[in-house]
Amino acid sequence: MIAIVDYGAGNLVSVKKALDWLGQQSVITSDPALVRQSAKIVLPGVGNFASTAALVTSGLQDAIRDSIGRDVPFLGICVGMQWMFAGSTESPATLGLNLFPGKCVRFPATVKSPHVGWNQIEISSTSRLFRGLSTTPYVYFTHSYHAPVNDSTVACCEYGGKFSAAVERDLLFGVQFHPEKSGETGLRLLANFCAI
Amino acid sequence: MLTKRIIACLDVDDGRVVKGVQFVDLRDAGDPAELAKRHSDSGADEIVLLDISAAHQRRATLLDTVRRTAKQLFIPFTVGGGIRTLKDAARVFSSGADKISINSAALATPDLITEIAERFGSQAVVVAIDAKRHNESWQAFTHGGRNSSGRDALEWALEAEARGAGEILLTSMDRDGTASGFDCDLTRTIADRLNIPVIASGGAGGARHFSEVFRDGHADAALAASIFHYGLSSLGDLKRQLADEGIPVRWPC
Repeated sequence: MIAIVDYGAGNLVSVKKALDWLGQQSVITSDPALVRQSAKIVLPGVGNFASTAALVTSGLQDAIRDSIGRDVPFLGICVGMQWMFAGSTESPATLGLNLFPGKCVRFPATVKSPHVGWNQIEISSTSRLFRGLSTTPYVYFTHSYHAPVNDSTVACCEYGGKFSAAVERDLLFGVQFHPEKSGETGLRLLANFCAI
Repeated sequence: MLTKRIIACLDVDDGRVVKGVQFVDLRDAGDPAELAKRHSDSGADEIVLLDISAAHQRRATLLDTVRRTAKQLFIPFTVGGGIRTLKDAARVFSSGADKISINSAALATPDLITEIAERFGSQAVVVAIDAKRHNESWQAFTHGGRNSSGRDALEWALEAEARGAGEILLTSMDRDGTASGFDCDLTRTIADRLNIPVIASGGAGGARHFSEVFRDGHADAALAASIFHYGLSSLGDLKRQLADEGIPVRWPC
């Protein structure tokens, strides 16, 4: 069973729908006990980084941390990926999980923000998440803040500079774009995650 | 590079697509779910479903349509028409829409933009503006273009952005249905002043009109309902032509 973590941020229906389409058993839940029992965890998220504070107060953060410690595969989407970093200038008082170094920052004033639409990403050949996909697929983004490029970056995107479109280390995966809205490419990526 | 989006629009009345693209080999050319899937397969970057039903009692039909359409769609899906309250919006989201589009209700109650944005995120709120030229500027119209709101379209677009709109769907009433091209002046006037994406609508008649509105109108996306009636055999052909002209588009998908 895959847990889709519900912490009151945005619309989780589309992630559930994509997993249903792939024939995967999943449940939208805000129950830390259920998250602890799950074989895989997906943390979606749209909107403000501050919304992730609800993960702490609800006990979901502890549940997620425990599961990650037990090598349960974890996928953060959009703000869910940003939360895997140390924090974000969007809400300096809210701490991330610090699984990856650095803070998320806003796009420079030279480009429109939010970054909305289909952009091309460049994939590193070693990624398990992107296995079987072209090296420069198009994926759908909608966000105003982005994560820095680091050693774990497996996909880069160019918009007002280079940023991390995806990170991957061991069983930790994060994507800034929305695989559930990225057509065949996104479904393939989700299937790869499910197969891990 | 961030690509220019081509958005396919389905006008739906009582659960049926009432105008727009007809695919020859469809079992049922009026079924929104089937058409949306077909558009997605042929290269549409997004789908917009506009409910043009007059009667409110048809809301149940709409939600069922949204549910059926969303089920097999894995690209962004916007639903508009008749959304007047946060509750209306919530029902549409829980039926599977990613974004809602509001027009008359936003002009009547601008707080609605903020309310929906705070609950579902700005990325989920599209404010639709029907604009008609009035001397040297444009006015925003409501109720399918029947009534003038008395508001200047640019000023209203700026207010909508400030209130939390994530995108503006800008329809030229002067061009709508003419197939004579998008209104590049209108689109550029609004797009240059806003920091959020502007979707141009109204007047698409051929591939040239799309490249014009991207190049001269500075549009971030362009929407059309019935482009295939005007000599374009498929959405894929349109994208291929735009790509040949150097416009960044998602092609091949």
